[in-house]
Amino acid sequence: MQIPYEVTSRPDTGLWNAKLGIWLFLASEVMLFGGLFSGYLFLRLGAEDGYWPHGLLNVPIGTFNTAVLIASSVTIVLTWANLKMRNWVMAQRYLLTTILCGLLFLFIKLVFEYPEKFAHFGAYIKKESTAKYEAYLGNEHARSNGLSPRYEISGHLEAVEVTVAGDRAPLATFAEKNKLKLVEHPAGGEGHGANLIKVEGLDHKAGVSPAKMEKMARIPGVTIEKFELALDPGNADPSNPANDRPHFWHQHATDKIATIDAKDVSWASSFAPKHSSYFAIYFTITGLHGLHVLGGVIVMAYFYLYGGKLYRKNPEHQANRIEVVGLFWHFVDLVWIFVFPIFYLL
Amino acid sequence: MAAITSPHAHEGDAHLHAHDDDHHELGFWQKYIFSTDHKVIGIQYGLTGLAFLFFGFCLMLVMRWQLANPGQAVPMIGGALQSIFGTAAFAASETGAPGMLTADGYNAFGAMHGTIMVFFGIVPIAFAAFGNFVVPLQIGAPDMTFPKINMASYWCFFISCIFMLISFFVPGGAAKSGWTSYPPLAGIADSAFLTFWNGQTLWLTGMVFNITASLLGSVNFIATIIQLRAPGMTWMRLPFFVWAQFVTAFLLLLAFPPLEAAGIFQLMDRVAGTSFFMPTGLVVNGNVAPWAGGGSPLLWQHLFWFLAHPEVYVLILPGIGMVAEVIANNTRKPIYGYKAMVGAIFVLAFLSFVVWAHHMYMTGMGAAVAAFFQTTTIMISIPSVILLTALMITLWGGSIRFTVPMLFAAAFLPMFGIGGLTGIPLAFNATDLYLHDTYYVIAHFHYVVAPGTIFAIFAGIYYWYPKATGRQLNELLGQIHFFASLIFINVLFMPMFLQGMAGMHRRWYDGGAQYEQLSKAVVLGHTGLEWNTVISTAAYLLCLAQVPFIFNFFWSMKFGKKIGRNPWDSTTVEWDAPSPPGHGNFDKPISVHRGPYEYSVPGADADFTPQTDPPANSKAPDQDANTNSQSVEKQH
Repeated sequence: MQIPYEVTSRPDTGLWNAKLGIWLFLASEVMLFGGLFSGYLFLRLGAEDGYWPHGLLNVPIGTFNTAVLIASSVTIVLTWANLKMRNWVMAQRYLLTTILCGLLFLFIKLVFEYPEKFAHFGAYIKKESTAKYEAYLGNEHARSNGLSPRYEISGHLEAVEVTVAGDRAPLATFAEKNKLKLVEHPAGGEGHGANLIKVEGLDHKAGVSPAKMEKMARIPGVTIEKFELALDPGNADPSNPANDRPHFWHQHATDKIATIDAKDVSWASSFAPKHSSYFAIYFTITGLHGLHVLGGVIVMAYFYLYGGKLYRKNPEHQANRIEVVGLFWHFVDLVWIFVFPIFYLL
Repeated sequence: MAAITSPHAHEGDAHLHAHDDDHHELGFWQKYIFSTDHKVIGIQYGLTGLAFLFFGFCLMLVMRWQLANPGQAVPMIGGALQSIFGTAAFAASETGAPGMLTADGYNAFGAMHGTIMVFFGIVPIAFAAFGNFVVPLQIGAPDMTFPKINMASYWCFFISCIFMLISFFVPGGAAKSGWTSYPPLAGIADSAFLTFWNGQTLWLTGMVFNITASLLGSVNFIATIIQLRAPGMTWMRLPFFVWAQFVTAFLLLLAFPPLEAAGIFQLMDRVAGTSFFMPTGLVVNGNVAPWAGGGSPLLWQHLFWFLAHPEVYVLILPGIGMVAEVIANNTRKPIYGYKAMVGAIFVLAFLSFVVWAHHMYMTGMGAAVAAFFQTTTIMISIPSVILLTALMITLWGGSIRFTVPMLFAAAFLPMFGIGGLTGIPLAFNATDLYLHDTYYVIAHFHYVVAPGTIFAIFAGIYYWYPKATGRQLNELLGQIHFFASLIFINVLFMPMFLQGMAGMHRRWYDGGAQYEQLSKAVVLGHTGLEWNTVISTAAYLLCLAQVPFIFNFFWSMKFGKKIGRNPWDSTTVEWDAPSPPGHGNFDKPISVHRGPYEYSVPGADADFTPQTDPPANSKAPDQDANTNSQSVEKQH
């Protein structure tokens, strides 16, 4: 049994089946991403002043990735055009370029963007305690310049100070396993007296990763008392007008160390999805977008590897297939055109 | 067809015209299990859906026992229930008998009753099963446009069914937060158990698969209806059922993705610890909940109802389509106002996207927003009334054949009418504040869906069963099924209006036993609590009334009366195919020459003129078989 209009157009609709199918699918995708973006709007508009971060993402990398995706949209069109002209070799070259662009995009996202977030650390200060950390938050400066208040202190987590009720052996075992070093009676630990233990990385540069910190907090008897972090420039020098606006080039954490009492903190974690509404929606939307890129790459790789057989039998059918995947690819590109400004720039 | 260049074109032609003597017969697995044939997929959807419909109904029977006899063990099967569903859902009663539904179990059964009935019962049957089986036949197509995607749709649905079923047996039992899964309750539910292996997370995962299945299905339906109409099947010659499915598919295509987005958000809240729906400062059991906060529970409600209101029309439109087919066929008249009905469902579909917040009057949305949604909601009653009125007028002056499908279709009209009219007080903010979350709401939407859509589904089953099996369902058993169902379903739902107006809340686990005002409120000589017993008894009897149907359904497959192509003397194209149709559907090329409902045309030979009859020489129906075999000869 043969389904009509698989390759040729139906005269009265002017469409072949898959072309209509992909447009319908894209309509539903628009609603899916529409739902996700409306979630973004809802969360952002509902966020209290000062709780929606700006400038946390790496803009140059994002710009580069945007260029990569746009380039791949051009090459997929060239693939299709070459197939239409029955120029198989060139079509394959452009298809391969498209696939590589897609892979490059994912590589950059997974190697340079995501891991950095999970290594970074941020602590939201309770509103009643902000005055204590004015040196890092600079709210006086913000108020006098009409800027949003700052509630978060972020940077690289160098060490945590903990108290242990009861047996210390589990903490020692944990530290050994996770390449951490325990320092008893650290300087400046007057408040808790002898109980205070400072936990830092064996390798000073690595510090304590936020994930290890969370695991440690779940050890029975262990209470996190203080965070020591190497501050981000915005917190290191909050009154500097240069830090009022997000920077284009990525800023590394400074050498300035701040100690924050855990009891003054309402929420502290790495820049993981659970950190804040911003990172929740950032990871959800870019994650789903990444899955779409991956899906497109898989389909294109299949066409690249196995399309020859169909092309020799029916080149028009192969061109149609590329047209369909190209439409999908443009949509994925288009989503990114919305993702890039709303997360990186605004 | 050979002009279509494809490696399989030649082989394909053989399939289209000679399915009877198919040279390479497909194996059992490809023919009946992993089939790409729209009819097999339709039947798969139908059987799965019917099984779930019955399962959801049984969940409700257990709940009804608890409501009428709070704290008592379910008689006879209580012990078995407790050993199947575990101690999270059932416990020993005060007398020590096993099988008393616990509060958690009641919540789980209630949530799953709603989920299963809507997403695993009605939609798979009314939309997927009938749509798959009937639509390609009615438009004269050999199959769906994307048969493989069609198969993927069913198996996606099947995976979602598995998720829902196993969720009953994980620690803590199935999802307990209502079929609406409102956060933050749904966000913190089951958090004592493993991250993935708990009721609420499995519910969300199951829903994501279910949504994917319906997306694949709806793309296929729309593409099929646009692309594969037989020559001459112009848009205004489509049977109304096809129009209904077309619009329904658009609703599913566009309304479901926002729920998918919401489902993903809630999964993230539960699995990755995000705060999409978790407000700042949430306290659970006296402790600050371990979420960063900053989210909004209202966001879920908006995304959920953005789907779930169009979903109501997904439930009802295929039903109206089936009823229209059956009524036209059995009144032997064209349906009245065909074009107006087609226009009405488009208006209905469009409006259904802008009414969702009438489910949220209680959220304190403010008078201006409420006024907007009140207005759109009342506007939507205009196309609904057009549809119902057109079907009513179709009855006027017809010489009605009261076949079993017609009995169900005729009963659909007043039942759906009751359901629709009782919705009007809920559309108005002022009255809804009082009636919200009471049994009045339960009665209202069950009148729309149970004696509404489910009766339409029965009409459809009795009507198209001969096409699917080549045999007719037994008429007497069908009549017993119909009259018993009609009586008991009304005794079941009508008192709920009274209970609701007396203030009975829909989520009371004990049926209101501990609420004084309900036991004192006397309506029609009974207190609110006494009505619980009446309703529950009607529910058990309604279950009993389904026995003739279930028996009939299986018995007739083997022993039912054999019929030819067109047992109902119908005009639409599906009756031109053999019963049951083979792979590729038709044994002659189909061309359509007239509208769908040419019944009792003055001057015609018979009281029906099939759409495929050529205009000049209309033939008597009994010659059809001969002409068909001749045309097959010519093809070869």
